[in-house]
Amino acid sequence: MKPISTAIRFDEVTLGYDRRPAVHHLDGEIPSGSLMAVVGPNGAGKSTLLKGIVGTLTPLEGRIRLDGACGIAYLPQAAEIDRSFPLSVYDLVAMGLWSRSGLFGGISRHDRTRIEQALAAVGLLGFERRPISTLSGGQMQRALFARLLLQDAPVILLDEPFTAIDAKTTADLLDLVRRWHDESRTVVAVLHDLDMVRRTFPQTLLIAREPVAWGETETVLQPENLLKARRMVEAYDPHADICHRKVA
Amino acid sequence: MLDLFYTPFAEFEFMQRALVGVIAIALGGGPVGVFLMLRRMSLTGDAMAHAILPGAAVGYLVAGLSLPAMTIGGLFAGVVVAVAAGLVSRFTALKEDASLAAFYLLSLALGVTIVSLRGSNVDLLHVLFGTVLALDDNTLLLIASISTITVLALAALYRPLVLECVDPVFLRSVSRAGTPTHLIFVGLVVMNLVGGFHALGTLLAVGMMMLPAAASRFWSNDITVMMMLSVVIGIASGLCGLLLSFHAELPAGPAIILSAGAAYVLSLLLGREGGVLWLAWPGKHLEA
Repeated sequence: MKPISTAIRFDEVTLGYDRRPAVHHLDGEIPSGSLMAVVGPNGAGKSTLLKGIVGTLTPLEGRIRLDGACGIAYLPQAAEIDRSFPLSVYDLVAMGLWSRSGLFGGISRHDRTRIEQALAAVGLLGFERRPISTLSGGQMQRALFARLLLQDAPVILLDEPFTAIDAKTTADLLDLVRRWHDESRTVVAVLHDLDMVRRTFPQTLLIAREPVAWGETETVLQPENLLKARRMVEAYDPHADICHRKVA
Repeated sequence: MLDLFYTPFAEFEFMQRALVGVIAIALGGGPVGVFLMLRRMSLTGDAMAHAILPGAAVGYLVAGLSLPAMTIGGLFAGVVVAVAAGLVSRFTALKEDASLAAFYLLSLALGVTIVSLRGSNVDLLHVLFGTVLALDDNTLLLIASISTITVLALAALYRPLVLECVDPVFLRSVSRAGTPTHLIFVGLVVMNLVGGFHALGTLLAVGMMMLPAAASRFWSNDITVMMMLSVVIGIASGLCGLLLSFHAELPAGPAIILSAGAAYVLSLLLGREGGVLWLAWPGKHLEA
């Protein structure tokens, strides 16, 4: 049997801002090929965790190790895109080819076929020339998923990909997530819909500023764990002491 | 009728030179202006233009009205202010707009002080408002070189420039090109302002950047088209302004910028993409 390799490893990681932890002492690993949900209340540190994995946020302590030179495709919360910028849907999606084409590389006929396939896969054929400012929230999310498809990365991080998205679009995009899982890609998604997590995601990490439970979804999403996560206060202590907690 | 347009340029060499100068300025300034506008840095251009003044003034103080001294001084001061403002906004609580405002006000006051230390009011007017009707060979060469470098650099940096405006988080996740791209772009802005200031002065140089760019936004939703339009509008404004100044005996620099301003107001009223007329009378709604 082929040994299961690790896609992402956390060594006692603490992530945060201005010395204050948002994710406290996370230790463990995400095996490659996992389909994992990250759940927790607002302010639990879910987005912070993804930023740490992508590398836009350096851990306050500990290390996040990625398997070799694996590429990461990252979909942040939709709000961070300038929708007023005069850009066509086609160009937005084509940016997914960055890792291949870089600053100067051309887009070959093969690439054009792939862009078309990606647009077809998310149901946006015929939208190529539309400016992104005319897209609805759901259509924008479809376009961003098409870009993720083109990035063709072994690790895919999704930050609340289905927030404010209708049922049909969610179902379509969730199919893509399953397809990535079938292709043995590692998918980590921040989600709020626990029913969806139970139905689709075999693994779950429940956090509330520190890991509450991590493992098989059914075990993690027990009522006592959820209650515990809800009780963890979003405390901001202006006189917090330096943390001396050691690895167990 | 044709004479009105043709004769001034056919008979007077200074008009030919002025025309070549404004065409070169429009070629580089237009596209830079479009990116400034799309990156929501329109006022940054203005601030940078003021920031150039003390550098040019020191050059002037050392070497008189010398092209290389004032150019190098202007470039140096512009880059220093841009970098200082960037550092302050990155490492302190002050945002970039506030720190830029602080630095450019400082620069402007310093610049005016330095110029008046030695020069006359005529010299100060020269630095502030330029001498588009007295461009010599070297100045033309400088302006043309700056435009050439600008167009080539924008072509090379096009992707990261666009991506950094639309989706900076995505750019950071796939590439480290973001920060160097931004720095080079700021360098291009300073270069074009220094080029423009020889012809139009530090205060008006930014007009050839922002007015054509802002006007082009009302005609297209496509960056490429906007950049081409901004160049065309810039050249047309230059031509109109020079003729206006020739026939009506107006100062040339302000006449050029006023022409660009007229193009902006016309676009604002008539432009197909969000112009006032189309907003006021959009027509009956469509079926789909």
